[in-house]
Amino acid sequence: MIVVDDLHKHFGGFHAVDGASLSIEKGSITGLIGPNGAGKTTLFNVIAGVLQPTSGRVTMDGEDITGLPPHELFHKGLLRTFQIAHEFSSMSCRENLMMVPGDQSGETLWNTWFGTKRIANEERALRAKADEVLEFLTIEHLAEQKAGQISGGQKKLLELGRTMMVDAKIVFLDEVGAGVNRTLLNTIGDAIIRLNKERNYTFVVIEHDMDFIGRLCDPVICMAEGHVLAEGTLDEIKANEQVIEAYLGTGLKNKDKVGA
Amino acid sequence: MDLLNAFIALSNYVLIPGIAYGSQLALGALGVTLVYGILRFSNFAHGDTMAMGTMATILVTWLFQSMGLSLGFLPTALLALPFGIGFAILLLLGTDRVVYKFYREQKAKPVILVIVSLGVTFIYNGITRFIIGADDQNFLDGERFIMSARDFKALTGLKEGLAFKTTQGITIVTAIIVVALLFWFLNKTRAGKSMRAYSDNEDLALLSGINPERVVMITWIIVAALATIAGTLYGLDKSFKPFTYFQLLLPIFAAAIVGGLGSPVGAIAGGFVIAFSEVTITYAWKKVLGYVMPEGLEPDGLVQLMSTDYKFAVSFVILLIVLLIKPTGLFKGKSV
Repeated sequence: MIVVDDLHKHFGGFHAVDGASLSIEKGSITGLIGPNGAGKTTLFNVIAGVLQPTSGRVTMDGEDITGLPPHELFHKGLLRTFQIAHEFSSMSCRENLMMVPGDQSGETLWNTWFGTKRIANEERALRAKADEVLEFLTIEHLAEQKAGQISGGQKKLLELGRTMMVDAKIVFLDEVGAGVNRTLLNTIGDAIIRLNKERNYTFVVIEHDMDFIGRLCDPVICMAEGHVLAEGTLDEIKANEQVIEAYLGTGLKNKDKVGA
Repeated sequence: MDLLNAFIALSNYVLIPGIAYGSQLALGALGVTLVYGILRFSNFAHGDTMAMGTMATILVTWLFQSMGLSLGFLPTALLALPFGIGFAILLLLGTDRVVYKFYREQKAKPVILVIVSLGVTFIYNGITRFIIGADDQNFLDGERFIMSARDFKALTGLKEGLAFKTTQGITIVTAIIVVALLFWFLNKTRAGKSMRAYSDNEDLALLSGINPERVVMITWIIVAALATIAGTLYGLDKSFKPFTYFQLLLPIFAAAIVGGLGSPVGAIAGGFVIAFSEVTITYAWKKVLGYVMPEGLEPDGLVQLMSTDYKFAVSFVILLIVLLIKPTGLFKGKSV
């Protein structure tokens, strides 16, 4: 579905992504792991249009999407979440969700005055959808809360909810589990699996929690120093010599410590 | 009776002018704060945007006056105001297309945009002087007073008169309408919410499919309207002189920063804080104190804390105090 071909992103002399090539299958939940500084988030940023690649190509269903701005990728069904949850802090959770499907007719000045009926219909539909999403994520009690005031884990759920407001095709999740407690993490995991099964979402997940990766992801891609090191099931990855080296350095060959 | 006279004198020289001036500053500061919130730079060209919009309004006013159009006791300028706003919208959208868009695409740092806007200021300023001249222009017509001091004295029999100028009345009413409309827009409409979302978290707004160019365009349109209205009201109330509008930048920025840059409520509060500080500190209190103080203790001097020449220093001092003590402003804008 997504094919990344020999992607480079350089910051001055630092090669954050250095010739990464990978492909993501439709309908999969692909895990992306690797030690800190392996270039995972930079790769996400380049694919999602936040950063321009230095060279290389990204295609989605055969179409070249290299370097398209985020809001255009959004309308193609490519969404991402952030490592540190983002939210519109002064708006309620429901309003946060309702903001998502951009390019509504209400966003032009003309319609604000002369298309009020159309806007009202759209807003009603959005509101119903937002409530449905909140219920799906079991946070309907937070609908009226200001998004700036909810907990970190709930913000992550809200981020996931954001992707459900449109018909996303592929969602890039950047460390959904970071700083989230076990119970909430399970809720997030359940939601991801349900979205994958029931709505055919494709996911790419950056995560350091190997239990979480093991439960959700197949295949798993391991990156190090800006390129792809290995791909396979989590067990295959764990057994891979190169991966162990990347995580623990040469000299230490204790396989059990990978992902511990 | 003395207390009543004191209150009337206070209203006449401090309260009413302060509210009118505060409304004008608030409208100006709203424009500055919106640009800061959405485009993320301090727009030094705002004063001269006000001058340009007002100039267009004046030219159309003169045209209407020569055609014999008028609004009765209201100034003809109100009729010309929409044309002035239209001109300012075209001007700002044009400037954005030619100048700011380039720097936005380069992802230029805010400080670069600030300097760019300073350049735009000089260009606007030159154009304004070239077209309408550097002198004072008078474009006020209609009734001068809703209530003149003499009428008030005759009506109440008090010693002090209360003058309420038409322009002051118009300023206050217009400001209330404009502010109500703006807040309704920002809080209730989809377009306004997309502006707030963009201001709150740009990355997320972009990744939520909000079109940034459209948000920027709507912002410029609203800023153009606010600037022209503020400028025209100020011009009607005082007089129109291009250089005065450049000088107005200081109290306007002071107002926006005191309230908290990026916060519309703050801009309004800041406008009134600055206006009342200026007016009360430069007002000669002799008359009011003469009524209030017990016999024999009336002041001999003017009891003016500072000459009106120093009124801009007042905004400066307030600005410094706020930046030292609470850099995010009264209403927690983005820190400066």
